[in-house]
Amino acid sequence: MPKVLDNRQIGPLIWKMLIAVPRLVMKAKAGQFVIIRVNEQGERVPMSIAGLDRQKGILTVIYQVVGKTSALMTTVPAGGELADCVGPLGAPSHIDNWGTACVIGGGIGIAPIYPIAQAYKEAGNRLVTIIGARSKNLLFYEDEHRAVADELYVCTDDGSYGQKGFVSEVLKKLLDEGRKIGQIMAIGPVPMMRVVAELTKGYGVPTWVSLNPIMIDGTGMCGGCRVAVEGKTMFACVDGPDFDGHKVDFDLLSKRLGAYKEMEKAAMKRFLEDPHCRLAESIRSLAAQS
Amino acid sequence: MTNRLEKKDRMKIPRQTMPEQDPLERIKNFLEVPYGFTEEQALVEASRCLECPKAPCVKGCPVEVDIPGFIRLVVEKDYAAAARKIKETNSLPAVCGRVCPQEEQCEIVCVMAKKFSPVAIGALERFVADYERNNNLIQLPRIDPPTGRSVAIVGSGPAGLTVAGDLIKLGHRVTIFEALHKPGGVLVYGIPEFRLPKAIVQAECDFLARLGVEFRTSTVIGKAETIDELFEMGYDAVFIGTGAGLPNFMGIPGENLIGIYSSNEYLTRSNLMRAFDFPNYDTPIMIGENVAVLGGGNTAMDSVRTALRLGAKNAYIVYRRSEAEMPARKEEIHHALEEGVQFHMLTNPIRFIGDGKVQAMECIRMVLGEPDASGRRRPIPIEGSNFILEVDLVVVAIGNSSNPLIPKTTPGLQTNKWGNIIVDKETMQTSRKGVYAGGDIVTGGATVILAAGAGKIAARAMHKYLMEEVKK
Repeated sequence: MPKVLDNRQIGPLIWKMLIAVPRLVMKAKAGQFVIIRVNEQGERVPMSIAGLDRQKGILTVIYQVVGKTSALMTTVPAGGELADCVGPLGAPSHIDNWGTACVIGGGIGIAPIYPIAQAYKEAGNRLVTIIGARSKNLLFYEDEHRAVADELYVCTDDGSYGQKGFVSEVLKKLLDEGRKIGQIMAIGPVPMMRVVAELTKGYGVPTWVSLNPIMIDGTGMCGGCRVAVEGKTMFACVDGPDFDGHKVDFDLLSKRLGAYKEMEKAAMKRFLEDPHCRLAESIRSLAAQS
Repeated sequence: MTNRLEKKDRMKIPRQTMPEQDPLERIKNFLEVPYGFTEEQALVEASRCLECPKAPCVKGCPVEVDIPGFIRLVVEKDYAAAARKIKETNSLPAVCGRVCPQEEQCEIVCVMAKKFSPVAIGALERFVADYERNNNLIQLPRIDPPTGRSVAIVGSGPAGLTVAGDLIKLGHRVTIFEALHKPGGVLVYGIPEFRLPKAIVQAECDFLARLGVEFRTSTVIGKAETIDELFEMGYDAVFIGTGAGLPNFMGIPGENLIGIYSSNEYLTRSNLMRAFDFPNYDTPIMIGENVAVLGGGNTAMDSVRTALRLGAKNAYIVYRRSEAEMPARKEEIHHALEEGVQFHMLTNPIRFIGDGKVQAMECIRMVLGEPDASGRRRPIPIEGSNFILEVDLVVVAIGNSSNPLIPKTTPGLQTNKWGNIIVDKETMQTSRKGVYAGGDIVTGGATVILAAGAGKIAARAMHKYLMEEVKK
């Protein structure tokens, strides 16, 4: 079973987990994902790759506590084990030299855009990076991104850090200034990816997004991760996760992401109300913080 | 040997039927439906076998189990020996006794079937396999001395398990790679507990592990490692038994609405992930009140019966041909009807209706025309016969295409226009040297026993290849 080397909180409800999976790390490329199962009763959840230490064989995933499974993930101590960590899955991101390339990470998307930023940079692009979050305490990986990017723009919705506003506004300004950007890759919450894609369509800049729908096996077997791209049904697990943002049906994606909302809420409630669970207590207090 | 009745007296004995859970009771649980023969019943049933010298039943069996031979051992009350007799050619009797379509293989050709009813071969197979397992009489077979050769098997379904069992006994080192977290393939994710208890599949895998087979679960070949890399890792031959894992959809409007599942997803959630036990297990599954399952095969029956057990008020089979053309086993159709499944035959959905979530399905009535390529009469829509069926959950069970993960990453591996791997039927060898394949990835969606049969052929050829062409 894959060993967890470290698992620590890096923001309100944001955690960073390091997992020793040398073969997976050796094989994985930017843009791919893994599927994690915490314990025998656990569900299979897709997780973006937030970092690959090829020398040490360590995978980094960064996750937000949004439901029972992510809450459960926080309970795995350093030195503990996961039931499974399968991968690498999905097709790697397309990497090329477009002259200037731009990566955009919103919220938790700041994590998975990082290996792609590295790959873009290594391919010789001038790299413009835009990261943003709701508020200062939800930002992370700024230093990591700064080390890779030729230009880094940081923004928060509430102006508590960096520029005030959305990542799309920063991007719009750059495009309005006439900056030539050959390729954009945006990862973040669905509304953010949608806004970025809608914006860049007008400027004719190719824009890719990485989709994270509900999945089970991650090998094309179940079809649960269906997305519509230019009206055509695709499986995000094998045909993606990257798709042309100008062609993705974001409405469908957000609806399908909410398919189990009520059951997820009930599971989380049941979990948090368990009086014997010490974790529940800490999650309750974390939830209160955010 | 036990004294046996005269043949004419044996013919007078009625076919025994397995006792079953009451339909009204069983739709509230996921426990197995038939209880299996009692010892008394097994003895009575076994005594019906005429021991025909030509044994047409053996020829009817895809893996040529010595059926009269094992039944004779039942008559002699040596049940464990009977199980071992089956295992000479079929490694999975507890599984096949339950899910094989005996009625169209061994039992249909039984001489008794001509004037009376056939010997219940499947139920007897199940009885001896269960007897052997439940009484801890499973003996480890003799394992040949190590050959120094090693084999990688991709996929742990019926084909892969069969190859593993045969090759480990011949002294080869065997590793099974499985993409999911539990071994068993379709036996685990596809076939529900009420038809094939998962403990039985686990017991088969545990048995192979005791023989020395190494299981590497959660490893997706074609992603984590390619077939070529398996050779680089030191494996001398590879068997691909990955099944037909790419669900087909109808390709009609509204198919991505919430509440429309592929049967693969629906069954995987319930079987592998145990969503029927949510929230004790974390994977959720949607509970429908009016559930339509599209298709007429065993998977459709498994899905619709799962829906009933999960609490559906109305569970429908919607099938474009008539009941006579349904590919599902008669037994499963019968079970479904007994449990209250409603059949909409000669009906085809043409669009799904809903806002975000599916609320209804527009269907059109069909009529059967001339036979098509499959030999079955082609369904033709009746113009103007459209009607609306209210549904809040739909399971699409219209078959699978072959999953491209391995063909796409294996240069030189030839596939046909449907993406199935092309093999030499005598050996199951693919276009790549040392690479063999069998089961649904070769044939398209078929049965457990055909996959196991392909595994048998492959194992024989692989052994020959390993001993003659792999120098150590």
